[in-house]
Amino acid sequence: MIPFLQYCVSGLSTGSLYALVALGIVLIYRSTRILNFAHGDLATAGVFFALMVYGWYSSFGLAYTLALLFGGLLSMGFYFGVLIPAQRRDATLLGQTILTVGLGLIFQGLTAYIWGTEPQPFPSPLSEVKVYRFGKVIIGQLALGAIVIGLLGSFALYLLVQKTRIGLAMRATSENLPAAQTLGIPTRRVLSFSWGLASLFGVLAGLFLAPALLLDPFFMLEPFLKGFAAAVLGGLNSLPGAIVGGLILGVAESLAGGYITVAFKNTLAFLIIILILLIRPEGLLGKEFKERV
Amino acid sequence: MDLIESYKEELRLIRKFGTGFWVGLLVIALILLPWVAREYWVYVATLIFIFSIGIQGQNILIGYTGQISFGQAGFLAIGAFTFGHLSHLGVPILLNLFLSGLAAGLFGILVGFPSLRLKGPYLAIVTLGFGIAVYQIFVNAEVLSGGRMGLTVPKLNPLFGLSSSMTYYYFTFLLALLFTLASYNLISSFVGRAFIAIRDNDIAAEAIGVNLTRYKLLSFAISSFYTGVQGGLYALLMGYLEPNMFTFLETITLFVGVIVGGLASVEGSILGAAFVVLVPQIFSNIKALIPVVYGIVIIFILIFEPLGLAGRWLKIRLYFRMWPFR
Repeated sequence: MIPFLQYCVSGLSTGSLYALVALGIVLIYRSTRILNFAHGDLATAGVFFALMVYGWYSSFGLAYTLALLFGGLLSMGFYFGVLIPAQRRDATLLGQTILTVGLGLIFQGLTAYIWGTEPQPFPSPLSEVKVYRFGKVIIGQLALGAIVIGLLGSFALYLLVQKTRIGLAMRATSENLPAAQTLGIPTRRVLSFSWGLASLFGVLAGLFLAPALLLDPFFMLEPFLKGFAAAVLGGLNSLPGAIVGGLILGVAESLAGGYITVAFKNTLAFLIIILILLIRPEGLLGKEFKERV
Repeated sequence: MDLIESYKEELRLIRKFGTGFWVGLLVIALILLPWVAREYWVYVATLIFIFSIGIQGQNILIGYTGQISFGQAGFLAIGAFTFGHLSHLGVPILLNLFLSGLAAGLFGILVGFPSLRLKGPYLAIVTLGFGIAVYQIFVNAEVLSGGRMGLTVPKLNPLFGLSSSMTYYYFTFLLALLFTLASYNLISSFVGRAFIAIRDNDIAAEAIGVNLTRYKLLSFAISSFYTGVQGGLYALLMGYLEPNMFTFLETITLFVGVIVGGLASVEGSILGAAFVVLVPQIFSNIKALIPVVYGIVIIFILIFEPLGLAGRWLKIRLYFRMWPFR
């Protein structure tokens, strides 16, 4: 029973970071119907930026804040600089999705070019070695921090989307774009805000993932794929679904790694998703619009 | 621009004398190439032929049938390792290539089953999962991947007194030609039209009698057969195999080839293959910048030329045909 609880707790900690990544993907998907394949690479660029700022001023607060801003601004820049011109030229949804693949490749290459491909340790105010005991379950400070930041992030997003005016505008825009425009909502600004916010969540997850892994230009690929999978599992247009999907995926992965085999951890995670999608093609909490000819 | 008067004419690949002339000239030029070009360029051309097969296959799936797939690396790996293991059992090369394509095709049908229920991003994640699963299985199962040293593949013996690089060149050239002809014929047949109908609107296609199950699975099977053959040829050229040759980057490479060449275009696939082979060769000094070049080209192509290189090629041809009018 104790190992089971232990696996669950460590699964919840990685799961909450997957949930943060998934929230970013879902935010963009439900407002623009675009899957953001650049999500992971934007986050990587943000984390490297944090490392650079930390190297100059050695202040975690400043480095984290600037990195979050940097990630958000990059993403907003992409929305205004590339996506809007593409939409003016009648790019299809598939085309816009592929644009994000291109953006991801650019960031991946530039990150590797500027900061090098050598894996380097990423400093963190939370230590990985220091542990807390709850009964017989042990949890590291960093893992606890990840759970707290996941909960706080999700709660802040809930408040923002449900209780504020900009959240109302975001909901209206994702519900019906032409109607929102008719009502005078500045949809472009709202959508660019969604893009920036989504990247910010990605960078936040990256800042907590990097200390546990080593930092190299490809370190976000796997968390990004997991976040993507978590978003699909929960339903791509449901924000609560992203959180539920992330937590389920984290726990399932940890249990599979503990009881079956560590080598096939990722494969098992994807197998679970394929099975769930075969039973519920729109994800656990998602609602897809019915299509008409 | 050209008027088609009968069904028979529609099925013909080369309708005008002029087109036939230029295509013939191109084939003769490619046959003569290894006698005049340096060995390095012969090798690059061989790579282009190999990649053009897989990219044509992916174009059948992504461009013509409209099913997004990110599992290419998995099919490549299955094709390549099947080829490697069977060549140790002494299976003749052509049969071996066919079998490695077949193995990839069978897995293609397996991956195709979710496509019956899933669309767009959901299908992308399933195929992506497949690619990653195949990679992990090969990394962890030393029986399949040939262990830490990798799997060696016997090289092609030089034929007819040609040098080794020329033998490879002609062998891959013939196969690429064969697969190109096959794709053109497939696209203009009823199967190709069914694929296009599914891409444009699957519900409408089903309503007018296209069997979605059959044609979606067929599209997956055919495209992964092509990709598997590419994997086999790649194994034959490289001479050894390890799982790290088939990461997510390889998936992206084939995907970029399809997009840059032009969706739903066979000649575009060949141009796209040339692009993804030439860019790493040109930028071999600064490897980190290769993805940047890919990314910038993708963004420019999607904004300014959504039909890809094939669209640009079409416009150039039109310009000369209409000249001096425009």
